[in-house]
Amino acid sequence: MNSQPLTPTLTKSDSDRASATHSIAAPHPGADPNVVMDCRIKTLHYGNFLAVRDTDIPIVPHEITAFIGPSGCGKSTVLRSLNRMNDFVDGFRFTGSVHYRGQDIYAPHVDPVAVRRSIGMVFQQPNPFAMSIYKNVAFGLKLNNFKGDHAERVENALRGAALWDEVKDKLHSSGLSLSGGQQQRLCIARAIAVEPELLLMDEPCSALDPIATRRVEDLMLELKEKYTIAIVTHNLQQAQRIADRTAFLFVDTTAGGRTGYLIEYRPSAELFEDPREERTKAYIRGEFS
Amino acid sequence: MTQAASTPGAAVPRSSFQRSLGEPRTALNALLTALAVLLGLFAMFPLFSVLYMLLVKGAALLSPSLLSELTPGAGMDGGGIGNALLGTVVVVTVATILALPLGFMGAVYLAEYGGESKLATLVRFSGKVLTGLPSILAGVFAYAMVVVTTGSFSALAGGAAMAILMVPTVMLTSESALRAVPSKMKQAAFGMGATRAQVVLRIVVPTAMPGILTGVMLSLARAMGETAPLLFTALFSDYWFEGKLTQPIASLSVLIYNFAGSPFEHQVALAWAASLVLVSLVLVLNIVAQVATRRPEER
Repeated sequence: MNSQPLTPTLTKSDSDRASATHSIAAPHPGADPNVVMDCRIKTLHYGNFLAVRDTDIPIVPHEITAFIGPSGCGKSTVLRSLNRMNDFVDGFRFTGSVHYRGQDIYAPHVDPVAVRRSIGMVFQQPNPFAMSIYKNVAFGLKLNNFKGDHAERVENALRGAALWDEVKDKLHSSGLSLSGGQQQRLCIARAIAVEPELLLMDEPCSALDPIATRRVEDLMLELKEKYTIAIVTHNLQQAQRIADRTAFLFVDTTAGGRTGYLIEYRPSAELFEDPREERTKAYIRGEFS
Repeated sequence: MTQAASTPGAAVPRSSFQRSLGEPRTALNALLTALAVLLGLFAMFPLFSVLYMLLVKGAALLSPSLLSELTPGAGMDGGGIGNALLGTVVVVTVATILALPLGFMGAVYLAEYGGESKLATLVRFSGKVLTGLPSILAGVFAYAMVVVTTGSFSALAGGAAMAILMVPTVMLTSESALRAVPSKMKQAAFGMGATRAQVVLRIVVPTAMPGILTGVMLSLARAMGETAPLLFTALFSDYWFEGKLTQPIASLSVLIYNFAGSPFEHQVALAWAASLVLVSLVLVLNIVAQVATRRPEER
């Protein structure tokens, strides 16, 4: 947790510079084919608690975009606002916009269920259903009344998730019988079976050992050929290894609460090698976490 | 304590790690362990002594004809408990058909929709109170509601009385089974764009099914052995069940009640045999319930 009193140094000009930094990469919502998901959060409340403010992150197709930052900086909250998973939290309020392929997913007429169907999500804890491996992967197909060949889609998804060779002989045993790393790849297979354009991953490796982590990372690099990935990670090396762009979020405690906001969003190589903001520098050097 | 004293200034013993019953704390530990084991054995004693008694007194009459023949009249020899066995199965089936949908749907409401709302709290509280309802009151209630209004004792009335006993157990055990479904599974389903109904029907209920079945089995086992609710609802019958739920029907528990106090030795012997059959049924149901609760990977 951030115990260092860094916030007193926060000035108005500082946050202005932060927004100037990422506006370089930020195109107009919906107009730019180079942005698949244009996230522009003004405020995001849980009840009276301002969880996130002023965070604009345009996500570029066929790239991996990483969200990093200290605990409580709202990086998972931002990710979950991209497929309206925050709607389940009591008192959730949102101002700003999130455009997915030019359409504001927070517009009044939008059905959050439909949004979630077209955006895949992988969670921190592997969470396969208590059913067979096959049924796990076919779940999304059934949900969407997919009329095509389910078996083919399931196989392709399992191959895509680099799990096929390990499970092809036991497709009908329980998904829960797999190891943690396999379960997480099963969850990835389940997410990509419906071929979403965008995959959201909320610390997908934090419950995995280093070897399983490396496998999932390699997998993400393969997947970005077909999909766009947004990933929350607390592991800076991971962001450095796999992310094309990295967004650094930080916690603002000046107003009494803990409000996350975007400090810097740039190509990963630039952000890690030559961070513009003092706070990014300090965070990357490991001066606080 | 004495050991520690050998090293001045040290609070822990340095000299020896030997176990010795001479030390008060070791002796107390051994004593309490022995006491716990002894009391544990005592707790098993009633079940096994009952089983032993039933085997000694009831096993002699066990034969295919016992299970397939009608109850004999007073003072007659032969016969069996076939009609009572079938009657118990019929009444329990009627009770399950009445209680299962109610208890199950109530559980789904409590676990997935009601949350901590006032209505849910009230329903849950009623369920808990109803669990402790004396079974004879369920019988009286069914008598007033079914027997009086339809004008006759019947299998239906017996089933209704048993259903009243089953609903709260089914509902409360199913609720805890539904609540035990990890929320991360529900999150996954919501994240894939499942609606609330789809999450409940495709994820929560199938995942909780073993637990729900256990609740049903346990409530069945309890209801099956009840006599009081059947005494003035299903009554008894010396004839086979003929497919009419509106007529009185025999049952094992009422047979035991009637025959155990009979002056005729053969009827008393049949009561013992029927007790053995009934306890075996309850035991089997309990064991099946235990096995069903295990997740597939543990089997």
